[in-house]
Amino acid sequence: MRSPPLLIAAALLAAGALMPAGASAQNRDRLVIGMQLEPPHLDPTAGAAAAIDEVTYSNLFESLTRIDARGEVVPGLAESWEVSPDGLTYTFKLRSGVKYHDGTGFDSADVKFALDRARGADSVNAQKGYFAAIGSVETPGPLTVAVTLTRPDGQFLFNMGSNDAAIVAPESAATNRQKPVGTGPFRFDRWVSGDRVVLARNPDFRDPAVPKLGEVVFRFISDPAAQLNAVRSGDVDAFPNIGATESLPVLEADKSFTVTVGTTEGETVLALNNARKPFDDVRVRRAVAHAVNRQEVIDGAMFGYGTPIGSHFAPHRAGYVDLTGLYPHDPAKARALLAEAGYPDGFDAVIRLPPPVYARRGGEIIAARLAEAGIRLRIEPMEWAPWLEQVFRGRDFDMTIVSHVEPLDIDIYDRPDYYFGYRSDRFAAVMEELSRTVEPERRAALYGDAQRILAEDSVNVFLFQLPKAGVHKAGLTGLWENSPVPANDVTDVSWK
Amino acid sequence: MIGFLARRLVGLGLTLFLASLVVFTVLEVLPGDPALLMLGVDARPDTLAALRAQMGLDRPVTVRYLAWVGGLLGGDMGVSHTYGVPVGDLVRDRLAVTVPLAALAVLLSTALALPLGMAAASRRGRPADYGVMAFSQLGVAIPNFWFGILLVLWLSVGLGWFDAGGFPGWSAGIGPALKSLALPAVTLGLTEAAILARITRASILDTLGEDYVRTARAKGLGPGAVMRRHVLRNALIPITTIVGLQFAFLLGGAIVVENVFFLPGLGRLLFQAISQRDLIVVKDVVMVMAALVVAVNLIVDILYAVIDPRPKAVP
Repeated sequence: MRSPPLLIAAALLAAGALMPAGASAQNRDRLVIGMQLEPPHLDPTAGAAAAIDEVTYSNLFESLTRIDARGEVVPGLAESWEVSPDGLTYTFKLRSGVKYHDGTGFDSADVKFALDRARGADSVNAQKGYFAAIGSVETPGPLTVAVTLTRPDGQFLFNMGSNDAAIVAPESAATNRQKPVGTGPFRFDRWVSGDRVVLARNPDFRDPAVPKLGEVVFRFISDPAAQLNAVRSGDVDAFPNIGATESLPVLEADKSFTVTVGTTEGETVLALNNARKPFDDVRVRRAVAHAVNRQEVIDGAMFGYGTPIGSHFAPHRAGYVDLTGLYPHDPAKARALLAEAGYPDGFDAVIRLPPPVYARRGGEIIAARLAEAGIRLRIEPMEWAPWLEQVFRGRDFDMTIVSHVEPLDIDIYDRPDYYFGYRSDRFAAVMEELSRTVEPERRAALYGDAQRILAEDSVNVFLFQLPKAGVHKAGLTGLWENSPVPANDVTDVSWK
Repeated sequence: MIGFLARRLVGLGLTLFLASLVVFTVLEVLPGDPALLMLGVDARPDTLAALRAQMGLDRPVTVRYLAWVGGLLGGDMGVSHTYGVPVGDLVRDRLAVTVPLAALAVLLSTALALPLGMAAASRRGRPADYGVMAFSQLGVAIPNFWFGILLVLWLSVGLGWFDAGGFPGWSAGIGPALKSLALPAVTLGLTEAAILARITRASILDTLGEDYVRTARAKGLGPGAVMRRHVLRNALIPITTIVGLQFAFLLGGAIVVENVFFLPGLGRLLFQAISQRDLIVVKDVVMVMAALVVAVNLIVDILYAVIDPRPKAVP
């Protein structure tokens, strides 16, 4: 009798030999990008999932302005704009000759439709706040749009460049979830549910030199080990935001891959419930900050990838102030502060941790350090849905760890009902002035003030900026290294 | 036979009805607002209310249950909250991966296990028997996800013959689709084969000891004929049961292997839907799985009757 394992090996050999070897011959016109999560749908104006932006931003959909790889506001569908001296009226001059993928033309009526839809009563836009200041949208000409605000909004041009403000057509807005129709350099080709989304070059794009690729495939691989296998077997050409951080050193050592570590907008914080005892006492919050060893969390939970932060602000942004030295790791100081606050023997608390690795691993490291200062933590791991329900909406928590990934979201500390329950008139005054200020230097200074107030009040323990750790095959150029907005903008990507 | 089928079909309907009640109730008490999950931490209350109304979450419980079951009976599985497409389409897409995968794995497992089990049984206590038993011991002991990872490391990462995973869709052609199912099917098939080989061997050994086998031998029938005409037919009953169970298990339970090979199967759809609180998808997929398992059991019962047509006492 022949041995069955040999038979199987022979069958596999035969099957493998019949198929063309894909790994060796690189197709210069095609790019396969790996992503951790599959987008639920492809309409960026109707959902918060970053995965939607990571497929569609600048590839399928465009907005009035555009955020480039450095996080700067550059022209998008509007080729220029003027701001009235009072900062209330923005007049956009639109590009001519722009067409949607279904062949319908683009003009100011589409912009009015899209903005009015996003701020309307039935809107399910996840960033409805971006449009809250808009008083009216007028269309003086087919290529001119005048947006009048009810109050100055220094963040307006940046927000209008986000994917949430994508310009969609009335003809296709209702079906964009499954069949997205935009104006971008790629058009939607097909979606193999659960596996991949395929985009194809838009032959009618206004700039014939763009895009450089004929086909872009987004593949969804959630398991970290499977991500690594897909990269090493050559199934995917790039994994711009890989979950398997622990495998990066292996790939870094391999000359056929390039590993990049960039920045994101994700401030990772150990959030404290400021509305609940004992965290309503600033001394307790400062004690917690002294008890945590930030670098240890970065090393232990993130394999060393991540930039320390001392307040709620991304280090790569204008106006950033380095406040990481404010509460050095000092257990004795922490115990002294706790004693001063009336907790000489420390206290018990619960830390509720959502699923991401940074939260689960970080939580364990932090619990061990807090124990040294006398704070005894019970660790409670949670899934996202209950976390959102109980911690975020219900504000039922002592401590939690989460990354706040929206760009420039320091204003969340000014929301009266936000989950960490922080109130400060000083901070509110800075935010109020910021919303009226358009001049860049003054804005940067105000952002600095805001960061200092949060750090002094030790609202949360500010841990680190979430890194954008990725890998791609050597010879691929034009991918974003940083992530000023969630995106895999492949407009300029090509093979060398 | 007709009465038997009718009884089984009524039982089947009752099982599915109970399953629908349990599934619905369990999901009602599960914490987590699907609308909040979709809109994220920056959602405004009015946006949330608009989305909840759009998703029908503001209706009373009984209305939602009746609407769901009514829809199912009318062939309408509803619309996925997150994907925004009919759940029927999603399930069909996933079944197009899961059913062929399960079928391939069961085919492979039966094709391997039956000859091996028979060979082992007829050479009981001889080296071939020990060899088969050792192989099967190994197959039972090795977790299938680990075996799958080994296959990927060897054949995909090392030799580059296969993709490390994923499924290009049947629209990409039969060849590429089957190629992407090959490694997962081998992974599942070999571990299932190990179990099935043991069952086959034991079942045949049991039958070999029966009186009618001795009678057949005494009549002067050769070993091959005895095996074909008398032993195999009777030994097939427990084997069919196990194959049926394996098929039912593979239709729903191959989530781990689907994760290793990032295959978009029904198991992973269920897994994702639970974490995204896409409750309508969870409910529908569980019902589809329940229906598949019940249907496989029915087929196994019918096969019993075909394999062993002797009239039975009505239970």
